[in-house]
Amino acid sequence: MTFLGAISQLLAITAALLLAPLLMGWVNQWRAWMQNRSAPSLLQPYRMLHKLFHKESVVAEHATPLFRVVPYIVFGAMTLACGIVPTLSTELPLAPAADAIALVGLFALARVFISLAAMDIGTSFGTLGARREMLIGFLAEPALLMVLFTASLISTSTSLTTIVETLAHRELAIYPSLAFAGVAFTMVSLAENARVPVDNPTTHLELTMIHEALILEYSGRHLALIEWAASLKLFAYSCIGLALFFPWGVAEAQSPLALLLALPVLVIKLAIGGIVLALLETINAKMRIFRVPEFLATAFLLAVIGMLVRILLGG
Amino acid sequence: MDASATLAATAPHLGLALAVVLAWLLIGLLGLVAIRSFEFISKVLFPAGSIVSLCLAVVAFAALPAQPETAQLPLGLPGLPFHFRLDALSAYFLFVIGAAATGISLFASGYFRRGEGTPPGILCFEYHLFLASMALVVLADDAYCFMVMWESMALSSFFLVTANHRVAEIRRAGYLYLLVAHIGAIGILLCFGVLQANTGDYSFANMRAQQLGPFWASAGFLLALFGFGAKAGVVPLHVWLPEAHPAAPSPVSALMSGVMLKTAIYGLLRVSFDLLHAPLWWWGLILLALGLVTALFGVVYAAAQVDMKRLLAYSSIENIGLLLAGMGLAALFTAYGIRSVAALALTATLYHVASHAFFKALLFVGTGAVLHATAERSLGKLGGLLRFMPWVGWLSLVGVLASAGLPPLGGFVSEWLLLQSFLFTPDLPNSFLNMLIPAVAALIALIAALAGYTMVKFYGIIFLGQPREEKLAEAHDASALERAGMLWLAAGCLALGLLPVQFAGALSAITEQLTGVGLGATLAANAWLLVPMDVARASYGPVIFLVGVALCCLLAYVLVRRFYHGRLRRAPPWDCGFPFQTARMQDSAEGFGQPIRQIFEPFFRMERELPTASDTAPRYRVTLADHFWHWVYLPVARLVTRFAQAIAWLQQGRIAVYLLYSFVTLVAVLMLVRA
Repeated sequence: MTFLGAISQLLAITAALLLAPLLMGWVNQWRAWMQNRSAPSLLQPYRMLHKLFHKESVVAEHATPLFRVVPYIVFGAMTLACGIVPTLSTELPLAPAADAIALVGLFALARVFISLAAMDIGTSFGTLGARREMLIGFLAEPALLMVLFTASLISTSTSLTTIVETLAHRELAIYPSLAFAGVAFTMVSLAENARVPVDNPTTHLELTMIHEALILEYSGRHLALIEWAASLKLFAYSCIGLALFFPWGVAEAQSPLALLLALPVLVIKLAIGGIVLALLETINAKMRIFRVPEFLATAFLLAVIGMLVRILLGG
Repeated sequence: MDASATLAATAPHLGLALAVVLAWLLIGLLGLVAIRSFEFISKVLFPAGSIVSLCLAVVAFAALPAQPETAQLPLGLPGLPFHFRLDALSAYFLFVIGAAATGISLFASGYFRRGEGTPPGILCFEYHLFLASMALVVLADDAYCFMVMWESMALSSFFLVTANHRVAEIRRAGYLYLLVAHIGAIGILLCFGVLQANTGDYSFANMRAQQLGPFWASAGFLLALFGFGAKAGVVPLHVWLPEAHPAAPSPVSALMSGVMLKTAIYGLLRVSFDLLHAPLWWWGLILLALGLVTALFGVVYAAAQVDMKRLLAYSSIENIGLLLAGMGLAALFTAYGIRSVAALALTATLYHVASHAFFKALLFVGTGAVLHATAERSLGKLGGLLRFMPWVGWLSLVGVLASAGLPPLGGFVSEWLLLQSFLFTPDLPNSFLNMLIPAVAALIALIAALAGYTMVKFYGIIFLGQPREEKLAEAHDASALERAGMLWLAAGCLALGLLPVQFAGALSAITEQLTGVGLGATLAANAWLLVPMDVARASYGPVIFLVGVALCCLLAYVLVRRFYHGRLRRAPPWDCGFPFQTARMQDSAEGFGQPIRQIFEPFFRMERELPTASDTAPRYRVTLADHFWHWVYLPVARLVTRFAQAIAWLQQGRIAVYLLYSFVTLVAVLMLVRA
């Protein structure tokens, strides 16, 4: 592990921790503007976290220790995920420990734990949320893996850093296979991050909730950790998307200058991505829960088509 | 004495392994002697069996890299001695048997109670006979010895399944198991008949030396697939599995599911990779297709079950399917001469053999503890047990996570290796295959993700939430020996997850034996990073992964604790302010199955009874049945019944007629002999 490697690893994790709530705020702001509402401040998510951390945590009487441990596990898993995805640099000492498949496994780990925590209290909404979250999970996970496999067939590697390095130096301006994969990835990301049209992050209607139903019983610092982890997840997914489809600007060489330059590039890319997300959420309506399998099956098929295009046409 | 001395000198590992088997048999016989002394059997014999199993695991692991050892024992019929051979493949399966049995026997010593239907001594005898015959199946080096051990394995496990024989349902399950086991055994017997190629010599050494043409080789392979498939529970021969596993006492279910099914995998590997040395490409395709169908079928049914042991039985079917798919991939690559990738797929398969043995045994003994504490098997009557049975609950969580294929536990490593080997399929020279197979990798991903859904259902409904019955609050935790057994199995899941480099490295002796390529050095970048072929291709370091997650969690915890007050208040659950909450309002097992039933509707044969608006006593009922039962088994049963009825007129019930039959037969035989 080189000194620069350690620095870029630390920088990547710190940047993720600090930027993730900002990204959330940015998306919320744009969404409000597009929907003709007056927008909350960009810093609102930080204020929210600050407030929650200061509040007393109320835990159900019969909650087991599992319930109190899970927020830390989910937060830790998402932080590690942000440390594995090449956000600023491909020189990441942690990256060899987990490739694209292990990253999907890491997301699954967090999902299983938060679903178990939701079932721990034994309320009707909690278990309902857990069931729906796992439902979306098992539909989205294969599609996500197929997207990552398409990219890894191009670079003959499932290591995310190698994928980014290969794709940044590609001959083709756009791979047809990656175009399919890109659409599929967008659909999966919407589902996995509990956004419209699969779930509504601002819903107040219990019966349609998925993510909100899961975390209904959390409060105080536990809720803060979970909210922060959710924003980290959005950040990680955005960065995976950027790394796969717009890999330019990520530092590769052993130069501190490239690393410094990578940060503003990332912020700009994320800002554009956030606007696109807000736009997608504005022009779509939330769908019924039993339309979700069709939605995700479409994503899955698109990803498989992308893969076949790669194998058959080499594109 | 003399014979044993020469055995120890020429084949040290094999000698020790046979000694262990002998020790198991002795323990079983002691159980028969002390048939009613419950204390002696549970406090002395079963723990002794566990220690013996541990010895077997150690011996077998030491024998993995060693040269093959053979021995002949003058048992069996005169002039037809038993041949034994201990090579890398059998050593590995012996290791799995020993390592899993160590934990299961420990658990069993605390598990068996008085009044299980069968006296404890007989149970002890059957149990250890079962273990010994599984070990000897793996060690056998001729068809005769193999079949004898295979049969004694089937029979001892049949008696164990029907331990509680006073229940009609259990007798029925046992009968079905025995029937399918014997139909399968016929397949295996015929397979060996094909493999010896008219030489009359049934030793495996002779079969290995034969060069069969593609037709006979394929016939042998298909017969083996049928025979071993019946034992492993491959669709459509799986019907006995979800009946027999729930019927058996839990340690026995753990042994059957975790270990016995693997002997069928062993047999299939032995026949197709060793005795028939070169698999044809379409064998691989059949294995792959059958494996994927089995796995998908198993996991979809598992997700819809409402009985905890049936759920696990279906999950075993799923895992057998994954093993078969891995084996099929290995066969495909071997057939096309891409041997290093074949070795990778085989490593994934073998790794999964061990990890499934540990996590499934752990989950089954966990359900055993729950069953004893609550006397309930139905998920609809459980719930909240983590509070009353913390040991069982937390240890089962390890098994659940491993079974869901989550990093950094054992199940993930094999899944990861399998997916990696799928990504090599573009190297295949057959354009049809290399288009088809990566898409199939998606199916593996779907199966793994569905396994996660199933496991959340299993764990969440049994251990989390509020108890669905009042009596559950009196559930007691497992006894010390039971905890020790579960602890051993959970430690196995963790070790397999965290030390893949060391363990997969040990498997290279087997891949070298079966595919000609040992992956030893190419599987590891260093002591902590597992890589397939090449570091640039992919790498996975579970220890770094775990340390990373743990550090992040710890840091978050310390920072939160350091900077903010740790105030916590206990209150009734909020649930959006709804004041009247009862345990009945939680999601049920049926509720968890509902999306699965809806999405995978064609998989099930469903009968629904829905209430109408005007019903005074509305009733909602849904029953799920297996398509194959109606498509395959019932028609065959009807056919057999009709055939039996058709020849029933032969039975006239008059002596004169029967004498006539004998006379006619005699004349016919005489004519045949003269001709």
